[in-house]
Amino acid sequence: MSQGLSGAEQRLVTPGMTIGSLTGMRVGSGAIVHNDEIIATKLGWVRENNGTISVDPINSPYIPRSGDLVIGNVAEVRNNLWFMDINGSFQGLLPMSLAPWKVEYGQARQHMNVGDSSLARVQEVDECHNVVLTMKGVGLRRLSQGAVIDVPVNHLDRIRGEGNANLDRMKETSDCRIIVGENGRVWVDGNENGIDWVREALDIAKQHGHKSSFDSAMKKHEKKFNKKGDA
Amino acid sequence: MGGYGDVQLLREDGLRLDGRKVDEMRPVSIQAGILPAADGSAMVTHGLNVAVAAVYGPMEAHPRKIQRQDRAVIDVRYNMAPFSTSDRIRPGFNRRSREISKVTAESLESVVLVERYPRAKIRVEIEILAAEAGTRCAGITAASVALADAGIPMRDMIVGVASGKIEGTVVLDLDKAEDNYGQADLPVGILPNTGEIAFLQMDGDLSPEEYDLAMEYNFKAAGEIHEIMVEALRARYEESEN
Repeated sequence: MSQGLSGAEQRLVTPGMTIGSLTGMRVGSGAIVHNDEIIATKLGWVRENNGTISVDPINSPYIPRSGDLVIGNVAEVRNNLWFMDINGSFQGLLPMSLAPWKVEYGQARQHMNVGDSSLARVQEVDECHNVVLTMKGVGLRRLSQGAVIDVPVNHLDRIRGEGNANLDRMKETSDCRIIVGENGRVWVDGNENGIDWVREALDIAKQHGHKSSFDSAMKKHEKKFNKKGDA
Repeated sequence: MGGYGDVQLLREDGLRLDGRKVDEMRPVSIQAGILPAADGSAMVTHGLNVAVAAVYGPMEAHPRKIQRQDRAVIDVRYNMAPFSTSDRIRPGFNRRSREISKVTAESLESVVLVERYPRAKIRVEIEILAAEAGTRCAGITAASVALADAGIPMRDMIVGVASGKIEGTVVLDLDKAEDNYGQADLPVGILPNTGEIAFLQMDGDLSPEEYDLAMEYNFKAAGEIHEIMVEALRARYEESEN
């Protein structure tokens, strides 16, 4: 059946399309093997790297991995634990023992209540997708100020840029503190103009994150802020 | 299959009442990503049928008794809008919509890599806004595009397509009159890349030869619809490149 575009340009493929043959190639993420052929399982761009063929999905849900820095919202509080919405299929569980405070049994609500946001790390994910979070660690804390902005998980690499170059530029331009959670949430804190500017920049990432026009759109947006600052 | 044998459905020149040839499909158009709140969505216009599908998830399956420890469950809700036909349909689930929801869920489960999301649920909502025979096929096609749009891993897409028999002649893609007064209806869900069949239903009688011809028409139409599905997904992300 129909194949993706061939040649050096990026190929956009849909599930079920053959993206290569198994001979001499390894199967990466977003692909499976069927009848000695490599089949795309997601809508996305084909990528070949060191003999591994994979699909970079255009849309994908957040899959928690151990060690991920995430921004969670408290969804439910029990006597000795918090359930956090971490933008994934399942809620994360933050037990009292892994909170940064000394919490008495039954007093969990006094430290963090439903609706509060916090910076946490994924401690453990088991085979049934149970997620345990921890707030013990440098910089992990309740977020009591700033704004949390949602972005597509698969555009996080573009938002950060090579060696965090884009992120550093955004911080410098807006004069804001920015923390990117692996779960597609970005915490921004600074003055009002700066937060607005970062919000617009992240909107550009949402719309252009999968396109080659992303870098030019971001540069244009940076100039806009400089002008605003001069005025 | 109403069994009204005296209704003329084929013209003397061999064409059908709407001027189509026996192996000609109604026009199909597909749009992906039409609902901003959904994780993935699509609208399929197949002749006068309009089907909208929205996909949410994967999310934690509730109530817990429906969870499967080794895979995700696909929860499909097919519904026809009260204004989708000339006679108003009473809103809510009925026997027919339950049946179609079930067969659609089972066919989608055969392509979605459900084992990747244990204990989760993928919610698929199919709403038929306008109906003119073949809504289950349009719904499956829309659901398949919406799932791809949502980034749910699948081993192939599914194309819903139907053939049938009118006045002893096998025809592709029955319209309302042909569905009501024809002799057979054969809707199938085809995996266009592998050629496998994800679901098949038959209403009425077909001889083995007629069945083979109907399936030949279905596979031909599935290839055409699949190309439109791929184009719809490409258009969503390649259209405004510059």
